[in-house]
Amino acid sequence: MQAFTQLNGLVAPLDRANVDTDAIIPKQFLKSIKRSGFGPNAFDEWRYLDHGEPGMDNSKRPLNPDFVLNQTRYQGASILLTRENFGCGSSREHAPWALEDNGFRVVISSSFADIFFNNCFKNGMLPIVLSAEIVEGLFKEVESSVGYQLNVDLDAQSVTTPGGKAYVFEVDAVRKHNLLNGLDEIDLTMQQQDKIKAFEIKHRQTQPWLFN
Amino acid sequence: MVAKTLYDKLFDSHVIHEENGTALIYIDRHLVHEVTSPQAFEGLKLAGRKVWRVNSILAVPDHNVPTTERSSGVVGITDPISRLQVQTLDDNCADFGITEFKMNDHRQGIVHVIGPEQGATLPGMTVVCGDSHTSTHGAFGALAHGIGTSEVEHVMATQCLVQKKSKSLLVKVEGQLGLGVTAKDIALAVIGKIGTAGGNGYAIEFVGSAIRDLSMEGRMTLCNMAIEAGARAGMVAVDDTTINYVKGRPFSPKPEQWDSAVAYWKTLHSDAGAGFDKTVELDAATIQPQVTWGTSPEMVVGIDGKVPSLDLAKNDVQRGDWERAYAYMGLSADTPITEINIDKVFIGSCTNSRIEDLRAAATVAKGKHIAPNVKLALVVPGSGLVKAQAEQEGLDKVFIAAGFEWREPGCSMCLAMNADRLEPGERCASTSNRNFEGRQGQGGRTHLVSPEMAAAAAIAGHFVDVRHL
Ligand code: SF4
Repeated sequence: MQAFTQLNGLVAPLDRANVDTDAIIPKQFLKSIKRSGFGPNAFDEWRYLDHGEPGMDNSKRPLNPDFVLNQTRYQGASILLTRENFGCGSSREHAPWALEDNGFRVVISSSFADIFFNNCFKNGMLPIVLSAEIVEGLFKEVESSVGYQLNVDLDAQSVTTPGGKAYVFEVDAVRKHNLLNGLDEIDLTMQQQDKIKAFEIKHRQTQPWLFN
Repeated sequence: MVAKTLYDKLFDSHVIHEENGTALIYIDRHLVHEVTSPQAFEGLKLAGRKVWRVNSILAVPDHNVPTTERSSGVVGITDPISRLQVQTLDDNCADFGITEFKMNDHRQGIVHVIGPEQGATLPGMTVVCGDSHTSTHGAFGALAHGIGTSEVEHVMATQCLVQKKSKSLLVKVEGQLGLGVTAKDIALAVIGKIGTAGGNGYAIEFVGSAIRDLSMEGRMTLCNMAIEAGARAGMVAVDDTTINYVKGRPFSPKPEQWDSAVAYWKTLHSDAGAGFDKTVELDAATIQPQVTWGTSPEMVVGIDGKVPSLDLAKNDVQRGDWERAYAYMGLSADTPITEINIDKVFIGSCTNSRIEDLRAAATVAKGKHIAPNVKLALVVPGSGLVKAQAEQEGLDKVFIAAGFEWREPGCSMCLAMNADRLEPGERCASTSNRNFEGRQGQGGRTHLVSPEMAAAAAIAGHFVDVRHL
């Protein structure tokens, strides 16, 4: 997994609550058996005016001028600012894959759906929870100043505005460590394999039917 | 001894190791389907890793399979990318020696239907699947949640999941449901009350006399929708209903294991006095048949209700959501729900495609015919076994005589990954679980309802109160 330490990035505002993973990456693109290549289809139904299907040349499709992420000022954004309950719905990890492939490494919101939140960390992305008031304030700042950037520092657990205001966010210690160091979770768990085996033996003795 | 919740018992009994509040928990059952597994298998292969415990896995293709005639098998799937995905599952299962119910196996079906049906979901288990509706299996007094593809790979390689314990939410539904009011209506009423983010960070336990009275099918419907309330897991304590359901299924305990299994399962309930982080109470008698009007399951009202007006929204963000939902759904505020005409009907999905659901819908449809404005009414059984059972009971004939199409099992128009979908602007009464924009086809408009209500809408051509039929 790629490590995440610090990021100075352009912010794109997606002013909606309850953005679901079906919206982040529509199901027709889930037929792919690959992990990459989802970026051009992130938010497909909002982003393009036509109906997208896998295999289309996305560079030739008509863009929806009303979709905020299509605006020139937000091209190259690496931080997505959005509203509560982001990533709800389906467990598809294709959602963080699509966002990451689209250049986003950080998503800031007042709350996230659990599975999406978790999936981000597995892909070197950092979901940050800030209070609804702070998020509201950031929306105002982003929208009123072109080229608005935030500095995100995982080690310090801080988001700093161009004006120098720093907001502290919570992050679980284990996740933070893994993300800072880009550690492979399967490798980490395999280091515990003796404990897993011992548990399994005991579990099999007490509930043998689980192993039928 | 400290009083424990059901969730505590299930979680604690699977902890292998715990550090800084993060636990490594052992996974008993891993269900796999074709959409979220290919990248996990690829990861294993690239790293040269083996599957830790092959017989913990049961695989089935369900999302991409056609629901029309499919005797020619995988090669008969017309969409080449769908075909490749189903073929990839077959190949991966063969390579790793994993049990798979292939597309033409009579046991094939939606992953959350076949697990319980086979006895592969048992009380006391930890169950995972790369699918958010894994919460369904919590109906058995199991700890079941959806995981992402990286975790699918992690569980395959290590039999474990890295987890933090959730907070606990008690949803208590006392009293008796009215005639024509179902588990689906409880689920939607709960979501209407707490919102789609209300359960974020929580594991829900459903209790109360109305829950005890539900069949296993009903409990599965309810737990299935726990994820729509934001909770990764929903669960119901074990009782005789659970135990009777499990008995004699292919993966259930063998006769010589049965008594000790039952003795253990009977401990799977919250202890008296166990503390919950949050409690929500509903009175079963006041729950009406529910219909969603918008693009999120929380945008829901009773059948007597209307599309709510903006002044009822709780804040600006919600007002914005509702305005977008009116536009997308082609509805205006204050429209009575019973005046909404529909174009299509879908009876199926892991929420409502089990035998009881089909019986309930057939009872409503019997001797009647779908309205002329209804272009298509699909009945898609949850599994091959459900289909066979329904046919034995003659339900297929009831549906066909009423103008419904009787299909092969799969996810179908729940997410429209196969050929079953809504066209832009089409409005559907659907027994599935998500009414998100584009969920059933780009521009499609979904209204979530119970099987009874879907059948009644098919006959009337618009939503009607099934209680007055
Ligand atoms: S029926 Fe629908 S919700 Fe259930 S597993 Fe299939 S696609 Fe997902």
